[in-house]
Amino acid sequence: MKNLSAFGAGLLFGIGLWLSGMANPQKVLDFLDVAGNWDPSLLLVMGGAVAVTAVAFRPLLKRQKMSFRKDIDVPLLAGAALFGIGWGIGGYCPGPALTALANLSTEVFVFVAAMVAGGLLARIWPSSGPGR
Amino acid sequence: MDNFTPVSALAGGALIGLASVWLLAANGRIAGVSGILHGLFAQPPGDRLWRAAFVAGLIVAGFAWHFLAGGFPSREIGLGWVAAAGLLVGFGTRLGGGCTSGHGVCGLGRFSLRSLAAVIVFMAAGMAATFVVRHLL
Repeated sequence: MKNLSAFGAGLLFGIGLWLSGMANPQKVLDFLDVAGNWDPSLLLVMGGAVAVTAVAFRPLLKRQKMSFRKDIDVPLLAGAALFGIGWGIGGYCPGPALTALANLSTEVFVFVAAMVAGGLLARIWPSSGPGR
Repeated sequence: MDNFTPVSALAGGALIGLASVWLLAANGRIAGVSGILHGLFAQPPGDRLWRAAFVAGLIVAGFAWHFLAGGFPSREIGLGWVAAAGLLVGFGTRLGGGCTSGHGVCGLGRFSLRSLAAVIVFMAAGMAATFVVRHLL
């Protein structure tokens, strides 16, 4: 059942990515390109998603014993900066890249393979996380 | 701003938020896609199945969208750039412990200052990189 619900969550998450335009790297880059023909849509994607989690997470997290890091350290900031640079070059963050595997395009296969390799490379650094 | 699509952006965002709430409620897990993906290659085998199921859901969603609505037009970008971008995204999300979903959708939903710091940094870095690629190179 746990795996079935995880599949359902992934399915809904993926539909959200396509509907919102996040799965379209061109649209993502149009959002990041503030000096060009700026497309603010992705602010609303994040806004719409956070509006839901901000309301519903609190009671759920109270019931579950989960611990989250609170410190703001160098790996967090350096990792976020490197991720942002890669996002700004390719237009894909992890979720959209995975759901875009359905494009069956060389571009996405190469991106996802490199993304997995990058994650394995980073294992030699101390990992941090918001919970996974 | 002729490319602004507020309705589908908000609706799609809400679905992403709902999916994150679903995973937390049903599985007790944070829907951080980079963490879920990296964990597929790091965790003990017993922890892998739900991660694989979530990723499978993402991919099936892609096929469903293609079938129902069609995909997006492909673009001209060198595979060298694509590989470099993928490496940076994989390395950075693992080092920084999250991406647009883990730190963004879920971290901001928890009002986490740590995640807010990450979001500000990766947004700024993404905008800077896009500026360089689109306007300077």
